[in-house]
Amino acid sequence: MSESKQEHLTGSEQPESAGRRAFLGTSAAVAGASLVPGVILYSAAQGRAPGEPASSAVRWGMLIDTAKCGDGCSDCVTACHDENGVAHKTGPQDPQWIRKVDIRNLQTGARHSLPMLCQHCEHPPCVDVCPTGASMKRADGIVLVDRHICIGCRYCMMACPYKARSLVHEPLTDQNPEVPRGMGCVESCTFCVQRVDRNETPACVEACNAQGHNAMLFGNLNDPESEIARTVKTYATTEVRADLNLNTGVRYQGI
Amino acid sequence: MNIAFREIEGRSAGFWLFFAALGLLALIGVSSALYMEHHGHIVTGMDNQIVWGMPHVFAVFLIVAASGALNVASIGTVFGKTPYKPLNRLSGLLAIALLAGGLMVLVLDLGRADRLIVAMTYYNFKSIFAWNVILYNGFFAIVIAYLWTMMDRAGGAWYQAVGLFAFVWRLVLTTGTGAIFGFLVAREAYDAALYAPMFIVFSFNYGLAVFLLVLMGFYKWTDRPLGDMVVLRLKNLLGVFIAASFYFVFVYHITNLYFTKHHGLEAFILTSGGIHTALFWVGQMLLGYALPLAILYSNLGNSRAWIALASALAIVGGLAQMYVTIIGGQAWPIELFPGYAVSSSFYDGVVHSYSPSGVEILLGIGGVAVALLLTTFAVKVLRFLPERLDDETVAALHGAK
Repeated sequence: MSESKQEHLTGSEQPESAGRRAFLGTSAAVAGASLVPGVILYSAAQGRAPGEPASSAVRWGMLIDTAKCGDGCSDCVTACHDENGVAHKTGPQDPQWIRKVDIRNLQTGARHSLPMLCQHCEHPPCVDVCPTGASMKRADGIVLVDRHICIGCRYCMMACPYKARSLVHEPLTDQNPEVPRGMGCVESCTFCVQRVDRNETPACVEACNAQGHNAMLFGNLNDPESEIARTVKTYATTEVRADLNLNTGVRYQGI
Repeated sequence: MNIAFREIEGRSAGFWLFFAALGLLALIGVSSALYMEHHGHIVTGMDNQIVWGMPHVFAVFLIVAASGALNVASIGTVFGKTPYKPLNRLSGLLAIALLAGGLMVLVLDLGRADRLIVAMTYYNFKSIFAWNVILYNGFFAIVIAYLWTMMDRAGGAWYQAVGLFAFVWRLVLTTGTGAIFGFLVAREAYDAALYAPMFIVFSFNYGLAVFLLVLMGFYKWTDRPLGDMVVLRLKNLLGVFIAASFYFVFVYHITNLYFTKHHGLEAFILTSGGIHTALFWVGQMLLGYALPLAILYSNLGNSRAWIALASALAIVGGLAQMYVTIIGGQAWPIELFPGYAVSSSFYDGVVHSYSPSGVEILLGIGGVAVALLLTTFAVKVLRFLPERLDDETVAALHGAK
């Protein structure tokens, strides 16, 4: 099932795209041919070749170190919204795939600043409640919305404990062809699935590293040799709303 | 003893004016939805904080009232109370009409209302919403079958069996409606099993209030006799259902008040929530519960006009309750970090405000109009209403089959 849904979310989303699809297909084939050796290497590591289904051998995760997260820095937000074609607006009706949240302990006064995004739960409430199955979790743990069967009921937005989801309230222009979006559908962080499938890191992580903060670590939690798996095994990390037992893919350090 | 049912004449100017007014409201409602569909939800007051708004207040009210409207028929069929039997056709009709109105609002508010076929063909069976789609569709089919057993001699043999099935189905249906909120772990105001039985009791209340108003309205306008035996029974029952609604709301809040972690939410709804607090105390408690109870259980409760007022107040209270439950429950911020003050550009940690736009309200009113339009049309073309419901006729039914 995840394989066919992944097909939806990559090439075939654009309605007018028969020609473009063919072009993309050819380009992908050419690119694929030139990258074959690399693709094989990626597959052996953690990326995946075009057409290859997502594998449950991988569980993508993110570790956010709030001690390293820059107070007032929102490069991750900018990078995410640039990458995914989300307008940089912050009105109540505007989507935000990732946001900086400032928290202050009411007893001790301790302050932290951290990015909040879809937590890519193992047991996502948004997937549970979605009537059509549009909200779904890929085999590799990435939680996505299939834009073809989302009816815009917003029940997932009611159900998400992290307020990670947004409805597209108005017509969209200048979209990133790799990131299909549409008015009336619900959307959220995809871990930049289009990049991850090319074995790149999500745009937010890249931006954080470029800034030198290195507060966001992305990787395969199922690979015991990966940096993220080793770190979460060594240091105390927490899930937001751990009481809900959702086993989030995003974990935090320093709070 | 047989009861004679007859269509209403519906030839007067007043009738057509009423019919046209409902048609116009329904048309305005649908046009509002088309406007929303074209421009997106940007033209509504709903946003990424208050994701369900006025359309849901109306839709859930109508859906809950629909299942409750069927109760009158169930009392006759399942519990063998023969005086209720002449009312069973109207009861079934109202159940269908209210559900149709409610679902119209719910569906037209979808971000992608054009994908209704997807909602009907793709099911995630872990979703209570998906189950509700099945429960709503099944309700239509079962109540239509139920009406057939009432109205066609050929179906008479199935009357008891279908009536019992419809009764069980409606209880499951309202359990499903309540569970839409009860199954939401993320939000403090929901996440309670109590929602299912509470919504069932709300449905008894709202459905009967609508039934009483419609019954008295039709009989008054068509000059058909309607005796106290029917009306006083129903108004006493309405009083019981209003009291039961209050009981469930009381248990819900007293439980939340017992748990320290819910004190913020309770303080918000009960004391500092602005419109939500006002609607809770004035709309739901005073207008919805206290006043109708005072009317129904005092001498005023013998007057038709006062009973009509009490029924209308119960409906107003029901709409207020839905607003507080649905909008109030979302206005209180999701607790991301217990023990922390939270702020962000996405309105974390702050009470969310909501100003419903005209299109949302008009869509909701359109749903009410569709329900009344269907009912009015049906009683004109088919035999839903007994010619006489005077005390003598109803008394003769006592002990009759």
